[in-house]
Amino acid sequence: MNIVVLLSMVPDLVEELEIAPSGVALDTQWLRYLLSESDDHALEQALLLKERHGGRVVAMALDRGEAEEALYTALARGADEAVKLTGIPEEGLGKRAAAAVFGAVLKESPPDLILAGVQAIDDMDGHTAGALAGLLGLPYVGVTRSVDAPGAGKVLVQKEYPGGLAAEIEVDLPAVVGVLSAPQPPRYVPVARIREARKTKTISEREAPSVAVPEGPVIRRLFKPEPAERAEMLDGTPEEMAKQIVTILESRGLVR
Amino acid sequence: MSPSGLLLLWVVSLIALGLFAFRVRYLVRLLGLGRGESRLGEVWRRLAAVAWEVLGQRRLLREPAGVLHFGIFWGFVVYASAFVFSLLKGLLPFLPYPMPEEIGPVALALDVFGVTVLAGIGGAAVRRYILRPPRLEQSRDAGVILLLIGSLMVTSLLSSGFHVVATGHASFLWNPVGTPLAALLVGYDLTPSAASSLRMAMWWAHMALVLGFLAYLPYSKHLHLLASSFSVFLTDLSPRGRLRPADADGGGPDPLNARNFTWRELLNPFACAECGRCDRVCPAHTSGAALSPQKMVHHIKEHLLGAGPYLMKGDPRNGHYPDLVGGVVSADELWACTTCYACMERCPVMNEHIPLIVRMRRYLVTRGEVDARLQDALTATSRYGNSFGQSPKTRARWTAGLEVPVKDIRREQAQYLWFVGDYASLDPAAREATRAAARVLHRADVSFGILYDGEQTSGNDIRRVGEEGLFEMLAEKNIATMRKCRFDKILTTDPHTYNALKHEYPEFGGTWPVVHYTELFDSLIDGERLRPARRLGIRATYHDPCYLGRYNGIYEAPRRVLRALGANLVEMPRNRLNAYCCGAGGGRIWMEEAPGVKERPAESRIREAAALNGVGTLVVACPKEITMFRDAAKTTGHEEGLVIKDLAELVEEATNPEVSGHA
Amino acid sequence: MSTSGQDVWVYVEHLKGQVAGHTYELLGKGREIAGALGGRLVAVLAGSEVQPLAGTLGVADSVLYVEDAGLAEFTPEGHGAVLRALAEKDLPRLMLFGATSAGMDLAALVSATMGIPLVVNCKEIVIEGDRVVVTSQMCGGKLLGEVETVGKMVALTVLPGAFPSQKGLSDQAPAVQKLLSPVLLDRLRMRVTRLLEPEAGDVDITRAPVLVAIGRGIQRQDNLPLAEELAGLLGGAVCASRPVIDQGWLPLTRQVGKSGMVVKPKFYLALGISGASEHVEGMKESELTIAVNSDPRAPIFDVADYGVAADMFDLLPTLIEELRARTPSPS
Repeated sequence: MNIVVLLSMVPDLVEELEIAPSGVALDTQWLRYLLSESDDHALEQALLLKERHGGRVVAMALDRGEAEEALYTALARGADEAVKLTGIPEEGLGKRAAAAVFGAVLKESPPDLILAGVQAIDDMDGHTAGALAGLLGLPYVGVTRSVDAPGAGKVLVQKEYPGGLAAEIEVDLPAVVGVLSAPQPPRYVPVARIREARKTKTISEREAPSVAVPEGPVIRRLFKPEPAERAEMLDGTPEEMAKQIVTILESRGLVR
Repeated sequence: MSPSGLLLLWVVSLIALGLFAFRVRYLVRLLGLGRGESRLGEVWRRLAAVAWEVLGQRRLLREPAGVLHFGIFWGFVVYASAFVFSLLKGLLPFLPYPMPEEIGPVALALDVFGVTVLAGIGGAAVRRYILRPPRLEQSRDAGVILLLIGSLMVTSLLSSGFHVVATGHASFLWNPVGTPLAALLVGYDLTPSAASSLRMAMWWAHMALVLGFLAYLPYSKHLHLLASSFSVFLTDLSPRGRLRPADADGGGPDPLNARNFTWRELLNPFACAECGRCDRVCPAHTSGAALSPQKMVHHIKEHLLGAGPYLMKGDPRNGHYPDLVGGVVSADELWACTTCYACMERCPVMNEHIPLIVRMRRYLVTRGEVDARLQDALTATSRYGNSFGQSPKTRARWTAGLEVPVKDIRREQAQYLWFVGDYASLDPAAREATRAAARVLHRADVSFGILYDGEQTSGNDIRRVGEEGLFEMLAEKNIATMRKCRFDKILTTDPHTYNALKHEYPEFGGTWPVVHYTELFDSLIDGERLRPARRLGIRATYHDPCYLGRYNGIYEAPRRVLRALGANLVEMPRNRLNAYCCGAGGGRIWMEEAPGVKERPAESRIREAAALNGVGTLVVACPKEITMFRDAAKTTGHEEGLVIKDLAELVEEATNPEVSGHA
Repeated sequence: MSTSGQDVWVYVEHLKGQVAGHTYELLGKGREIAGALGGRLVAVLAGSEVQPLAGTLGVADSVLYVEDAGLAEFTPEGHGAVLRALAEKDLPRLMLFGATSAGMDLAALVSATMGIPLVVNCKEIVIEGDRVVVTSQMCGGKLLGEVETVGKMVALTVLPGAFPSQKGLSDQAPAVQKLLSPVLLDRLRMRVTRLLEPEAGDVDITRAPVLVAIGRGIQRQDNLPLAEELAGLLGGAVCASRPVIDQGWLPLTRQVGKSGMVVKPKFYLALGISGASEHVEGMKESELTIAVNSDPRAPIFDVADYGVAADMFDLLPTLIEELRARTPSPS
């Protein structure tokens, strides 16, 4: 089975987010990017499928932030090929535009299965995975917690619903799946392997095709939430605070 | 001896020696599976090690039972020497010397050591079967040996007695045991000729037992008789704190096997005498975790003997023999180790447990088989340069609001580059100690600077967890950053950092001298650049950090400092070389709780400190210990009675003219 | 069929014979927006033999009910195709979906196939003249964007809990228009083979009056007994955020949050929980929330009524002692 995994880089929230003077974008001076969490799981899911059923895994990313690092890591983890799409504008692409770019590239030689994270923390104008499926006219299921390939030509996914419920859905290939989590968390890749990948493997680069995207939503203003009603913070030693908590509970009739 | 007797002797001797040689040759071939390693430099130091440890039995004598072994060992030396001459004379009667037992001084030695060894064996049997010390492997092998050696001594002493009866030469000088024994035997109406025959019988019995022992030796733990001299001679003379770099650690699809180890590493299990000293001092083992250093070494032997034959035939998958890692040795065992060095410090045959563990850990890391918390710590370190997952920009936040200036050594030069380290920088529990250290340095007019957000964790425990690639990356980066600065020496408050910078970084080109702050404070107080303004009249005890004490021999400097501050220092029973690890090292502070732990090492140590009469302060010299011991004090209910303080905080209190006295 | 291009459509999510709670939130807000736009509020219900559910959608002006056996189980393809066909015919101004498992899939597919803009994770929706202006939440709640859309049709996914559900409830009976599926559903490229229920839980946390919730801050599995003791003393149960469930320390049925349960206890004690929006979604309607977290800037403190910025292992033992002192000795 030929699988393509789409990787996207999102802002690393370890730093305080600063808003650029323009007011409609993030200040990129100290901004670092990391691989979107559900894309990480999508890659893990793809590699699990490869381990179990054979096939090829291609990792593809738009050239933004530390995409190269993510692609080398993908190769170190076991991806057979990595593709970087260059020519992406500095401020990045919206999810709809990204889907269009991926769609144009994948249309040329469509794989059996396209996996991508179902969502990313910087989603605003959509979710790449679902939009891509819509543009390519491929069947799509998102929010999956496992993808298996019991037989040729189809995959069996488990779609998560609230309350621990899930639906098992059989999907004909070719298809797009939006992964929420892989059955097991992404395995650790030792640094030595990543460094070796950097030395011995190459990432193929190609220019991202220019695509026509309908006019999308526009950010008018980016802002940080004001903690409107913050909690009343208790004070004192742990013993004092414990007493205060019990007093509160008593006043509410929650403790006798 | 009759011709048929001679023939029999030859036949038995050849068979026994043949079996022995055949087996030893096989074991050497197994060792040959291992990779090369050069251990022949500095011959004089090696001979000195043999002198102290093998001849002097130094490490053995650290436990009272060692006295028993001392006697048995020297008795063995005497008897073995006598045996060689005796056998040769027996096989080649025309040799121009008498039977050794017939030479006065030799007979004396044999008698004296015969009794000594019997006493030793007796004591050993009492210890093994009645006293039953913990972690002493009860094996049939051990029982057989005690019986065998006992029999050897008995036959020898009886022979001595019969000899006296047979020759009529009683001499308390040369046969101090044989003579009284003869007097006893005479009471049985023993004729000289009968005595002579019995003596011959004893001689034969003795020879047979020794030859039998010789043939049995390479199949038992008593192989240590042969292997231990080698293991001691071929000990690692490089600094304790230097792990050898990774090489051929099995990154491919084949499971880790004997071929990935060096021949010296494979020698360990053959040198092991199964004495259990390592287990007795191991904090992981005594706290209940899965690791037994003794068993772990034994597992290597199991693997070598089991999978060896297949490996020698070139089968990379060990036939159907279980995999070494994951089969014979479990991951839990490997991850439970804190790398505290107590096992290697104690081992009388100088076995090297930690390199074995690290090598197997490297294998697990290459497969990505690390627990979730450790994975987080490694990923965070790789990305942010610290295991906390915090932005590098927060690394120097501990300096915020500090009354004393802290230079940025990337921009200004200073005498000391203070390499602060992850925990000292970012752990809230350690913050005060770091700040106190800064104030003290300033007060003593020490010129220092820090790297601010240019500093990444030194990687000492990253290496010990088995993530070599990450360690290399950290070392390269840190060294590149430090090369651009101008300073004379590196200073640090963290012993792990100290160890890595001093012993691991030179390999990557970082060869600056490194000083631990306790050493510096000691010399500052000594040189009167730091003057206590008051005496801290506290009763305190000091915990020796593993990487400062056992690894790097720094025991007295912190104690001198404490005494200079006017503290009344009370030692815990386990101090200096015997200090008991707090449990944070080897990356354990990043991992899930080891399964099976009944009492965490830190809790045991807190109880030890709390049991000291009138001691209200536990002094530490490593930032990780602050959080480890404070947590343990809480969980053991000793929070009120025992305060955990870093040495820097005490120095600050004592030397600061303004601070009110230590409560 | 009104040709007003100002209608607001709400996709009705339902599972096992019940309309999802947040659909009423969408209906409530949809009512308001439809008013502002001067259009109608239409609820779109697709399924098999679920017409009775339409009776609860009275806030809407009308209900488009599409009945087909092929829609019995939710599939993005089936329900998406139906929705698209209906929308291409009636051209609603605004389509509202929940930012949920089903809603996300539908919204992405429908907007891409129809070529209409989509904004996700909306917390607020306002009409300014001919524009739909929304507030979209990003970066785990750390960032908000005021986003403006242009065009004749817009799709939105809305965060559960963003709007009150009361406004979407009504006992009026709506006008129901029953339709056959506008597209053939016999050749779908996906099919639901079965539903996987979580293991029958020991405790139904949605019924517990008090919940002691543990997050990453609990650190180790052997610290669970502390939480359990506390829950016992308070007459409640232990629940957890996703990271704890993922570790396998508690069964799925104890998970609170977007993928877990939605709970509304009288008292919710959050221990070592950061307050990521996925979790908060599941507990924001608790009557009283007290949060304990060593990080004073944790987002949970925006949702809690009272907060303790301290190490929970400092607080718990003494809190347990206080409660033990007050509880009459256990039988």
